Amino acid sequence: MRRLRTLFLAGLVALSGAGSALAAGTEVVPPHESWQHGAVNRPFWQTGAAGFFGTFNRAEAQRGFQVYKEVCATCHSLNLVSYRNLEALGFSEAEVKAIAAQYEVTDGPNDEGEMFTRKAIPADRFKAPFPNEKAAAAANGGKAPPDLSLMAKARAHGEDYIFHLLTGYREPPQGFQVPDGTYYNEYFPGHLIAMPSILNDGGVTYADGTNATAVQQARDVSVFLTWAAEPNLEARKRIGVMVLLFLTVLAAVLYAAKRAVWADQH
Amino acid sequence: MAHGPTSTFKNPVVNWVDQRLPVFTMIQKEYGTFPTPRNFNYFWNFGAIAMVVLVVMILTGIFLAMHYTAHTSMAFASVERIMRDVNFGWLIRYIHMNGASMFFIAVYIHIFRGLYYGSYKKPRELLWILGVVIFLLMMATAFMGYVLPWGQMSFWGATVITNLFSAIPVVGGDIVTLLWGGFSVDNPTLNRFFALHYLLPFVIFAVVFLHVAALHVTGSNNPLGIEPKGPQDTVPFHPYYTVKDSFGITLFLIFWAAFVFFAPNFLGHPDNYIPANPLVTPAHIVPEWYFLPFYAILRAVTFNIGIPFTDIVLIEAKLGGVLLMFGAIAILFVLPWLDTSPVRSARFRPIYRIWIWVFVAAFAMLMYAGGKPAEQPYIAIGQLGTVLYFAFFLALPFIGWIEKPRPLPASISKPVLGGGPLASGVTAKPMEKA
Repeated sequence: MRRLRTLFLAGLVALSGAGSALAAGTEVVPPHESWQHGAVNRPFWQTGAAGFFGTFNRAEAQRGFQVYKEVCATCHSLNLVSYRNLEALGFSEAEVKAIAAQYEVTDGPNDEGEMFTRKAIPADRFKAPFPNEKAAAAANGGKAPPDLSLMAKARAHGEDYIFHLLTGYREPPQGFQVPDGTYYNEYFPGHLIAMPSILNDGGVTYADGTNATAVQQARDVSVFLTWAAEPNLEARKRIGVMVLLFLTVLAAVLYAAKRAVWADQH
Repeated sequence: MAHGPTSTFKNPVVNWVDQRLPVFTMIQKEYGTFPTPRNFNYFWNFGAIAMVVLVVMILTGIFLAMHYTAHTSMAFASVERIMRDVNFGWLIRYIHMNGASMFFIAVYIHIFRGLYYGSYKKPRELLWILGVVIFLLMMATAFMGYVLPWGQMSFWGATVITNLFSAIPVVGGDIVTLLWGGFSVDNPTLNRFFALHYLLPFVIFAVVFLHVAALHVTGSNNPLGIEPKGPQDTVPFHPYYTVKDSFGITLFLIFWAAFVFFAPNFLGHPDNYIPANPLVTPAHIVPEWYFLPFYAILRAVTFNIGIPFTDIVLIEAKLGGVLLMFGAIAILFVLPWLDTSPVRSARFRPIYRIWIWVFVAAFAMLMYAGGKPAEQPYIAIGQLGTVLYFAFFLALPFIGWIEKPRPLPASISKPVLGGGPLASGVTAKPMEKA
């Protein structure tokens, strides 16, 4: 028993160190939101059952795609995601083809050595709003808006952070200087963000009739971006549950075998 | 070594092979009948566990390398391609990513086991030293592996750590240029790190082989720290420890799988999902958790060391930190000679048994301080941890001299339960107090 305890303590020491490594920093910690898929950067012991069985809410994710397409995509690229990936969110093959066909992409060179434009196909990556990073920076006050493909994993607190950032624009506290071209945001590290508050009530019109409040849009786009950052989350959890079940049964069998083998030695 | 056609295996093919190359005899001897102390506790599982982790790391690593591109402009995207488009690429990468942490957890527990039960003592000094070599190689491999995804922490971690060598007087700058393959962390750096990251695990494998070979010369230590006196003190490795190791490995795999499938990025840093950008420094550059204690020791020296009352600086703060950090590993090499006690197991060493928790506390403090920004009170915690870390080792000779060990049991099979008579020859003789 005491041996087990020391073993356990050794593990705890290692883990507490790891946790504190991530807790470094002084940013405002966004409150936990409840997500149907769990939470991409929160470990299972902070998400309950959704951490093990959670799936993306398809309706939220599809609406989030609409918010990305109509609002975010004006400035932010999504370079790692292809149109074909949208089928995972419940869009049909034909719908994905139609979505891709809305965009013109540059291809080539053709046999004459000329670049040409064509309609995007499902295999194409999402079309970026700017041809390159320099152009994006030039059009946005000198700093290119970051690509959103991995945003949910590239920020501490993941989708909680995205959601609260998008709804975190406030009046600055007394005496807090906000230079031109920046905005006060409660959850942005340092509070001064170059992105204006972009989500407005009714800014998009949802096809499924959901009331498109700014908060609803922020929530939906957070789900969409989480899917974009971790498209295999559902497969991971599904396989993970089976792996844990298998290993648990195997451990039980091996423990019984161990007891049987050692029976003549105790 | 067996000579001549002496093999008597039932299977004729096995017999034929064994008479020409006695691998089956060797397996039978080293993993079948190998006499192993009968009193291992579960701490003794972690050598086998670390071995399994190493094999899994090499296998997953080979498959990752098939899809990885070691170029600064493509590395990040190629890792994301593995995560998104390669069949089960996300699984292979998450196993590998978390496997690095699992390797260090297993090895840290394995090292603690060695410390607690005195496994480094005569005649196992070389076994211990080979273990420390493995640990060093692991650190180098893990560090270079973390650079490969070419995220922000990859790049800046590489910059910070390689820059450490610039603290070495005279040749430091040249060493750094050599490490970089240029004048900053750039494509040549990434290329050579990839090449070395692929090479070093096989070097580790070779040293592990020596580690195990040396173990099979001396035999294993055990929780009592006394040598087996005869067959009544040992059991054959198979089936007793094959089955026990299998059970322990499976428990460890459950722990590992819990991270891979349900907290895959918990042990990593979000900044490494941002592509490397030499023009943007992250707010806090932190190494992976398993390096934090050593990172804290590195940062503990915040002052130049010079001749008092003059301006003469002998050792600059940076060099002092680097020396201490490498010293923290180097001191492990001489541990067998620092510890003067003839008794191995902490169970029979009343002072050491408490003192070892100073080491654990120092390690925990350093890990905590290493993950925090370089400001008070974390600097002070790191400095106290550093002092305690080295104090643990430097006090060992004195503890060995003054400590009066408890009587050792006569043998493994007759532990001091009923207080039976003790054979005088096996009772540890503490040094006479002056």
